[in-house]
Amino acid sequence: MMREIEQEISRGRRAFIKKVLGGAIAGSLLLVIPAGAMELDKIPEQIPGMRKQKGPFITGKKFAFIVDITRCIGCGSCCVADKNEYKVPDGNYRTWVERYVIDDHDNVYVDSPNGGLDGYQEPRKDLPHPVRDTFFVPKLCNMCEHPSCVQVCPVGATFQTEDGFVLIDYKRCVGCGYCVQACPYSVRFINPETETADKCTWCYHRVRKGLLPACVNVCPVQARKFGDLNDHESEVYKILHQPHVISVLKPDMGNKPSLHYVGLRREVV
Amino acid sequence: MSPEHGVAVATALTNYVFPNDLHVLWSLMIVLYPYITGIVAGAFIVSSLFHVFHIESLKPVSRYALVFALAFLAFATAPLLNHLGHPERAMNMMLTPSPTSAMAGFGYIYSAYAVVLILEILFIYRPTLVALKKRAKGGMRLLYGILTMGSDNLSPEALGVDHKITAFLAAIGIPMACTLHGYVGFIFGGVKANPMWATPLMPVIFLLSASVSGIAGIILSYVVIRTYTGKSIDMDCVRTLIKFLWGCFILDFVFEMLEVFSHAYMATHHWEALRDLYLGPLYWSYVVAQVGVFSLIPFVALGILSLVKLSDKIVMKWGAVLSAMILVQVLLMRWNVVIGGQLMSKSERGHAVFHPGFFTKEGIIVSIVIMVLPVVFLWLLSKVFPFWLDDDPAVERQSA
Repeated sequence: MMREIEQEISRGRRAFIKKVLGGAIAGSLLLVIPAGAMELDKIPEQIPGMRKQKGPFITGKKFAFIVDITRCIGCGSCCVADKNEYKVPDGNYRTWVERYVIDDHDNVYVDSPNGGLDGYQEPRKDLPHPVRDTFFVPKLCNMCEHPSCVQVCPVGATFQTEDGFVLIDYKRCVGCGYCVQACPYSVRFINPETETADKCTWCYHRVRKGLLPACVNVCPVQARKFGDLNDHESEVYKILHQPHVISVLKPDMGNKPSLHYVGLRREVV
Repeated sequence: MSPEHGVAVATALTNYVFPNDLHVLWSLMIVLYPYITGIVAGAFIVSSLFHVFHIESLKPVSRYALVFALAFLAFATAPLLNHLGHPERAMNMMLTPSPTSAMAGFGYIYSAYAVVLILEILFIYRPTLVALKKRAKGGMRLLYGILTMGSDNLSPEALGVDHKITAFLAAIGIPMACTLHGYVGFIFGGVKANPMWATPLMPVIFLLSASVSGIAGIILSYVVIRTYTGKSIDMDCVRTLIKFLWGCFILDFVFEMLEVFSHAYMATHHWEALRDLYLGPLYWSYVVAQVGVFSLIPFVALGILSLVKLSDKIVMKWGAVLSAMILVQVLLMRWNVVIGGQLMSKSERGHAVFHPGFFTKEGIIVSIVIMVLPVVFLWLLSKVFPFWLDDDPAVERQSA
């Protein structure tokens, strides 16, 4: 009886995910795909005040990224948008989505086939015990306040901007890979095409033009949120200043990430 | 299903590697880089044992050890340059270094050490080079003219100045050699994200293994070259080298084991991943090869060679064999640290796999070429700098 109920739930979940994948991805990707073709300036401003910024640097802003684990459905739209935005070579990931499954023996099973790019359309069938809990965890650059990658880069190609972004100067990077080793979150890789270090930039080029990061734009369930903490009307400010279960990844590392997770579980590394 | 079986299944299923960790980035080249710099530092220490600490029995290899160090030093950066995505930008590390980077100092430390080593060789060899210059013709005469820095003055005063300079260079060379390799250890030891590397013991272990590989390289090559060229072997020198090798290896091996023991004893959440690594992907290369075969056997056998009265023939033969084993041990150690550290995903839930390619850019063939090049260069250097006192024209002249 229990098994039948589980199967029914599973079937319902599958159908739901399929619908989301069919509708939401197609719809939400439209927001991103034409972005390269049309002038980004013509899209309405998504981050208030960004288009009033003067000069080469962003001033008076403190950006934060929030991932709401309780919302993510593992559809993979964010990964598709990211790959499309940056033409990320296969096998490398600027962002990915992990699937966590915890069984009634407290075993934790994690997987991320193809970085979640194809969406999680089927439940795991290879588990020996009944499942107690499941959730998805999107990963991306943590934009640390004390970034290990900036510390170790021998030529200063990886740097931190005044407004808190950690970026890479692709024309200076020697491709030694020390930053890849140093990043506690494994968000970095050596791009096989440019032979330089590469990683998620929180779509700095879009943010400069007042647009949200591509992955935030396409998320059909608003699991990814981005905004200015100095703007007290922003959603990220409100979330971080209200009673929520909020944490960062690997706090013991001392990197002080600007990427926060709502509903982060202790099982997540 | 038995509980044991359940655990086995769970372990297999929980093997999760972060998607970007599936690719092992630092390959064979980064295994060879600390291996070569270690040999350089160790060989220099052998030379300094005579030049600074006046261990007279090491006189026969004191100059050779310097040339040996130079031959390997010349190729220490070869694997690094081959590894870099943009080797044409390598000089940026020295032109625009980032002061916070543990890696940025290497260019300076390496270059400073190279200057000290080359000057040390030129001053120690100056009487020899002057004598060779007088004999030589054409291009070689010009070369010796450059190497003697234009001075043929071999007066006692001039040689006295030379001696002061070489003593000074050897003296500052010791801390520099230690810094060079301790620092290479720190490049790994300073990576806090990697629990296998991030230990303050890493520079110590790297330095001790460097000493061991340098001494072993000198013993092996001394015995092989002298035997091959039909020259006598100074057994007092070989026995002293073996004692130093044993002593250094005791410290090296004990610290290597203490490092793993400390991890196991403290048993933090990292240990589970480390234990699975040592007993899983690194079982053969670490547990069996590095510790079992190439550490324990030389550890005991070097003790026997050092303490038991044995014939010259046995000491020479086994000294060479054990030195070769030590050289393999250090290479395995570099492999297990560099590759092993990367096999453990930062997810701490699984391991990647790594199989070096044969013909790839950073593959086995290129690695062999990079390890053969210093030996070829050593042979070329032998044409300019006579390794041994018994084929040195300056020594002949003085004794005549």
